[in-house]
Amino acid sequence: MRRSVELLGPVLLLVATAAVAGGLSKTQQLEFENALVMAVIVIALYVFVGNSGVISFGHLSFAAVGGYLSGLLTIDPQTKSFTMPGLFPFLEHTHIAVVPSLALAAAAGGVYALLVGLPLMRLSGLPAGIATLAVLGITDNVLYYWGKVGPAAQTLSDIPEVGRWTLAASGVIACACAFAYQRSRFGRQLRATREDAAAARASGIDVYRQRLLAFTLSGALAGLAGGLYVHQLGLITPDQFYLDLTFLTLAMLVVGGVGSLWGAVVGALSISALNSFLGDAENTVHVGFRLTLPNGTRLVTIGAVMALVLILRPSGLTGGREFSLPRRRA
Amino acid sequence: MNWGQAIADAVALGSLYGLVAVGIGLVFGVMRLINFAYGELITAGGYVLAYTNSWPPALAIAACIAAVISLALLQERVAFRPLRRMGASPATMLVATFAVSFLLQAIYLIAFGSRGQIVSTLGRLNTAFTVRGVDIRWIVVVTVVTGGVLLAATAALLNRTSIGLHIRAAATDFRTARILGVRANRVIGFSFIMAGFLAAAVSVLYTVSSPLVQPQMGVPITIFALIGVVVGGLDRLWSAALGGFAVGFVYGMSGDLLSSQSSVYLPSVVYGLVIVVLLVRPAGLFAPLRARAVERV
Repeated sequence: MRRSVELLGPVLLLVATAAVAGGLSKTQQLEFENALVMAVIVIALYVFVGNSGVISFGHLSFAAVGGYLSGLLTIDPQTKSFTMPGLFPFLEHTHIAVVPSLALAAAAGGVYALLVGLPLMRLSGLPAGIATLAVLGITDNVLYYWGKVGPAAQTLSDIPEVGRWTLAASGVIACACAFAYQRSRFGRQLRATREDAAAARASGIDVYRQRLLAFTLSGALAGLAGGLYVHQLGLITPDQFYLDLTFLTLAMLVVGGVGSLWGAVVGALSISALNSFLGDAENTVHVGFRLTLPNGTRLVTIGAVMALVLILRPSGLTGGREFSLPRRRA
Repeated sequence: MNWGQAIADAVALGSLYGLVAVGIGLVFGVMRLINFAYGELITAGGYVLAYTNSWPPALAIAACIAAVISLALLQERVAFRPLRRMGASPATMLVATFAVSFLLQAIYLIAFGSRGQIVSTLGRLNTAFTVRGVDIRWIVVVTVVTGGVLLAATAALLNRTSIGLHIRAAATDFRTARILGVRANRVIGFSFIMAGFLAAAVSVLYTVSSPLVQPQMGVPITIFALIGVVVGGLDRLWSAALGGFAVGFVYGMSGDLLSSQSSVYLPSVVYGLVIVVLLVRPAGLFAPLRARAVERV
């Protein structure tokens, strides 16, 4: 039980983010909400990448499936038959509330990840990375052109939005799942394969099965995150779940520290915070004095900061350690 | 639809991707690092050419080569060498290359704008000559010949010179090679120079057919070449080159032969093939039969 303090840090940070957002302007609130969504995506990524040590470029496929499903099912059927006449009847006529749709998004993400993982988890190393990238390419390609499963190349904008507390609660649930998993015997077995695959195999661990389990769980969390993302923006746009977001979320994970849940949350929130601060600074902020940055500094600074953090602290801001309270000397 | 012409164009595109694949493969061989910022070297070369349109072509190309090699060395010195020194994990190194790629794109965006710059240095090579009813552009011939010559030159350099021997030794076993007196920084620096030179060549050839240089131009080139490298087989240069060629060739053929109506799902088919190849031959399509997959990132 003593170790459960490790869960406290990430959870408090997420709740604090939602609480602080309450007193801010509408634009800043949106940025804070977006940070919460990023945190859930990065936690999902962490469950697989952090525990297995295998890199995945494909997790946004699961987020995309969750996001599209959850987004489409919460829109009024009449609007749907008008804006997207070609939808499958099931998608067109079903209408459910946001929270059940999020549960469904998680289920869909998990099932998709399981189906993809069944063949792909036999791979490791770079071939695994490239194969998951190919899955992302296929998912994006199909969603972009197939009018039966979504708005295809159009932007869909009448999706009901969710408040910051739903986002924070989902973040806490994701944290709890990730924590419970990494403390379980399955999580420990997978971590053993990360440290030394041959030794783990020799100790009787089925690498394929453990990876598949983590991939499925992390796919389900990614599906949930995708649903949240769509409801936070109120939008589905083409290429929303593609390479840019893939690289950004992977970078958040590594900047925070790939080996810990605490690192995933810290990485996601700190890069988001930097991003939104610089975005504001391009339109003047007050930090003791008036600060106005020229347009375009945001991207350059973020790139430079990410590179610098990695060069100065290759194991991430948290060093891959879990959250701990400062210890009293005995 | 003209098959001859489609094949000629696809061979040219395949040669280009073959070169990119060798550039990525060279650095991977020595450092076990996939450099996602490789495409940004090609973009940099494109910008140099765009700003030297009025210069004599030979001078413009020389400037392009010099600038791209400098940028490649700068990437190695500023970002990758410190990381290697600190013994960063492969995942960290990989994400560091994303960060460098992202940073360079942002710099290009501020410095040169998002609308793009036009290169016209070798525009004359777009004129065609006709063989038996097939129009072949000069650039196709130039690309294929240059690609072949550069691949042969790279192979000769690796096989016939002492620095090449050092590079091959480092690629086989970096630690043992160092113990035996191979100087790490020199070998890595030299492979970045070679990779930079190849990137500059690709900028010159690529901008003849697609003269618009934009900040994000390098991203799809890197990704397609990387897919080619992994599908072909990372461990040896010629298998990486063949993989790059195959991806470029398939991409070029499909773009030319299929109408836009039926080709929208073509990327899915190509990606699906990539997955199948990786499942059947994780070590790469052209790797030796019993080779095992590379177990790093």
